[in-house]
Amino acid sequence: MEKIAYSGNQGKEVRSDCHITVEITTSGGVEVVLKSKVRALYEENIRKQILDAAAFFGLTSAKIIVDDTGALPFVIAARLEAAIRKVVKTDKEILAPALSENTTTTARDKRRFSRLYLPGDSPRFFINAGIHNPDGIILDLEDSVSAEKKYDARFLVRNALREVNFYGCERMVRINQIPQGLEDLDYIVPHHVNLILVPKCESAEQIREVNKRIDEIRKKHGLKYDIWLMPIIESALGVVRAFEIATAAPNVASLAIGLEDYTADIAAKRTLEGKESFFARSQVVNVARAAGIQPIDSVFSDVSDMEALKNNILISKGLGFEGMGCIHPRQIPVIHDNFAPDKAELEKAIKIVNAFHEAKEKGLGVVSLGSKMIDAPVVKRALKTIQVAIDLKKLEPNWRENQQSI
Amino acid sequence: MEKHSKEFKVNAAGKNVPFRINGNELIPYMGVGKYKPTGRRYGPPLSSCADFPADGNKLVPNLKEALIRSGLRDGMTISTHHHFRNGDLIANQIFDIAHELGIKDLVWFPSASFPCHDPLIKYLEDGTINRIEGSMNGPLGKFTSEGKMKGVGVLRSHGGRYQAVQDGEVIIDIAVIAAPISDTFGNSNGVNGAAACGLLGFALADSQYAHKVVVVTDTLVPFPCIPWQIQGNYVDYVVKVDQVGLSEKIVSGTTNVTKSPDRLYIAELTAQFCDAAGLVQDGFSFQAGAGGTALSIGIYFDQIMRDRNIKARFIRAGSNKYPVKMLEDGYVDYILDGQTFDLEGVRSMRENPGHVNTSPFTSYNYHGKGNFASMVDIAILGATEVDIQFNANVVTHSDGYLLHGIGGWQNCIASKCTILPIPLFRDRIPVVRENVTTLCGPGELIDVIVTERGIAINPLRQDLIEKVKGTGIPLKTIEQLLDEAQRICGKPTDPKFTDEVVAVVKWVDGTVIDTIYKLDK
Repeated sequence: MEKIAYSGNQGKEVRSDCHITVEITTSGGVEVVLKSKVRALYEENIRKQILDAAAFFGLTSAKIIVDDTGALPFVIAARLEAAIRKVVKTDKEILAPALSENTTTTARDKRRFSRLYLPGDSPRFFINAGIHNPDGIILDLEDSVSAEKKYDARFLVRNALREVNFYGCERMVRINQIPQGLEDLDYIVPHHVNLILVPKCESAEQIREVNKRIDEIRKKHGLKYDIWLMPIIESALGVVRAFEIATAAPNVASLAIGLEDYTADIAAKRTLEGKESFFARSQVVNVARAAGIQPIDSVFSDVSDMEALKNNILISKGLGFEGMGCIHPRQIPVIHDNFAPDKAELEKAIKIVNAFHEAKEKGLGVVSLGSKMIDAPVVKRALKTIQVAIDLKKLEPNWRENQQSI
Repeated sequence: MEKHSKEFKVNAAGKNVPFRINGNELIPYMGVGKYKPTGRRYGPPLSSCADFPADGNKLVPNLKEALIRSGLRDGMTISTHHHFRNGDLIANQIFDIAHELGIKDLVWFPSASFPCHDPLIKYLEDGTINRIEGSMNGPLGKFTSEGKMKGVGVLRSHGGRYQAVQDGEVIIDIAVIAAPISDTFGNSNGVNGAAACGLLGFALADSQYAHKVVVVTDTLVPFPCIPWQIQGNYVDYVVKVDQVGLSEKIVSGTTNVTKSPDRLYIAELTAQFCDAAGLVQDGFSFQAGAGGTALSIGIYFDQIMRDRNIKARFIRAGSNKYPVKMLEDGYVDYILDGQTFDLEGVRSMRENPGHVNTSPFTSYNYHGKGNFASMVDIAILGATEVDIQFNANVVTHSDGYLLHGIGGWQNCIASKCTILPIPLFRDRIPVVRENVTTLCGPGELIDVIVTERGIAINPLRQDLIEKVKGTGIPLKTIEQLLDEAQRICGKPTDPKFTDEVVAVVKWVDGTVIDTIYKLDK
């Protein structure tokens, strides 16, 4: 083990984070050196948190240096634990009680229009993510976290899953590529994660490995809740094997495509028009539909151009996708607005749902619109369209009472 | 002279107020509208045309000469205005000269201070300046909070500054009015010249009531300098310098719409609240601040007006390109402007009769026969802290340091609906508190707190609560917001102070609403 270890971030641009140095000393007890932006308000509080953690991990003699830029307690706890566990061999964890809001589960076919990526080692982006109301937040352990921060980020993500109120958004984590990502699972599976994104997925075997590990952890902790998977197809091989991936396990809920890596893999340039990825995107949609799961599009990386984002969404929706990733909260309302049913879709759904209710009221077994028979799946889809429109405030919840005549 | 009396009285807000500071007796705050002044307005000494050149030429060679001729001596009160904001080149020169002349114990009476005034700390240290009555921002505030200022600072609102001068509570010995353009008689304005800053309204009281008035400019025009926002008939001396202000720093950095998604969210929620409460209607009025969030709210209002083809009667500004565009597109009849924040604001004020320059007399003076702050429908303001009585603080931070001036804030909360859009916490610092560190505005005047985690309406405003019920506006009680802030951040401890008074905060009527103490190190 090391004698001295670090965790966290410091520097001019850093806010709401802290950097902790733990050095094992030979004598003198536990010494705390605290530099904090919020010292006047929380000095006692922070010192107590540090000394409690040191005692918890059995540190008897150490120097702990804290450079705090206004970190919330869950951040300090994560940084402390990461640093201490680099100098003390232990499996013990400091776990605060999980918020009741963070123990909810989600349905397999839950709406997933938008999912907001949050870099897993940057806590300041976590705190208000939920207020922007994306369908899901993704605590990212993969590409947005540099190699030397991967270990630290796991503790931060774990604590966030338990303690940051995401106000009802689906709680997702993107783990690292398999096999490295398998180790991430220990830090997220016991902490009420709803959905795990499996990046650069290229085989059904990878999905089975993930599930095997999840099941082991579940068994160990006696966990019952559902954990969904969203494999991300990001390579030519992944596109070819998309169907085996989509059907690898019953908890695969969505299939996403990641275009940045995919275009590099096929040696093409990623363009705004996206001709180079047309085949792959269509393949993902087709495979997902064949497997009965959601096809989800890649992120749109120009966060300042809302018009281009809108065009991109309309193309995406036109291809059959049901959602996309976002990297800035401003993209969320645009994504919701444009993935939501448009006027024509809504009018059609209203007609079908009205016909359905009429048939029910009259005790008819068959729903028909004019001379056309309406199949049950069509009715089901129309009901879903109506519900999405209500959820996104495009339709009044009591629309049926208020409608004039249709 | 003792800095302050050891005896204190308790004011109507329950705060201790020293009997005396700087040798002057204080009146404790009595409640909103309770203190009624008696007596007459202050009158500066009379003058005679016989003592001034018939050709109107009041030029003297330099600022030093003007100050000497004005009788500069120990203990005098020297006033300046802040229309040049961080580009002011004159205030520091006054005290350089005073220092050179070995003059001591001056009182600096600015309408606001900026980072460019930090060099004055050396004169506060060596006794050239005894104290600041005005605003103590940034390092000046820190200096004050650490008990290093010789006298006790006095914080006043823009309206309170006018009131103090008019009432004779502050007697200005020498007013130095930096002006972008002037004639040799002293007629001057802010809309023209290299350092154009729009208007000179904050210097109005200084010109009217100071014993001696010096105008300093870098652009002289032959008589008459039109418009004469400052009237030469009040002016004793005119000084021409090479440069009166740094134009690029006069234009404030706070004229950009916020890009922070969290602040944009709060802005959007604020606009939605105003709309749901029926406040955005044809002929309404609002105060548009210069901060990123306030600007964004103005833009949301603009959008609502355009969508519904309605217009506002007036905007109370801090103007910049956004209200100017609304004025030029016909979505508002008038901009009643207290200060211009960018060159578009300056241009508009120069060209457009609908863009009106105002002073703290017309907008804010509480000892007048009314003022228009109370006629504004919606005022959107900031705060460093708000407590569960809706009391707010704008001058100190939660760590006890004095860091900001009051500006027009206390005056603006007289509006029909005062809204504070604020984050529930900044980093780990809760903005909603059990008690504010310093009381600047009584809760009864603050109607709505908008945070990213919900909106709290003052229970005194049942009318507003009724209006937004069932509209989807996320209402919470202030106690719920406090609870949420403390659950996220932890319960903070209060800063520790000594019993040494370093500054007092005046209410708009000249009474003392709270006292600021030296920090315990």
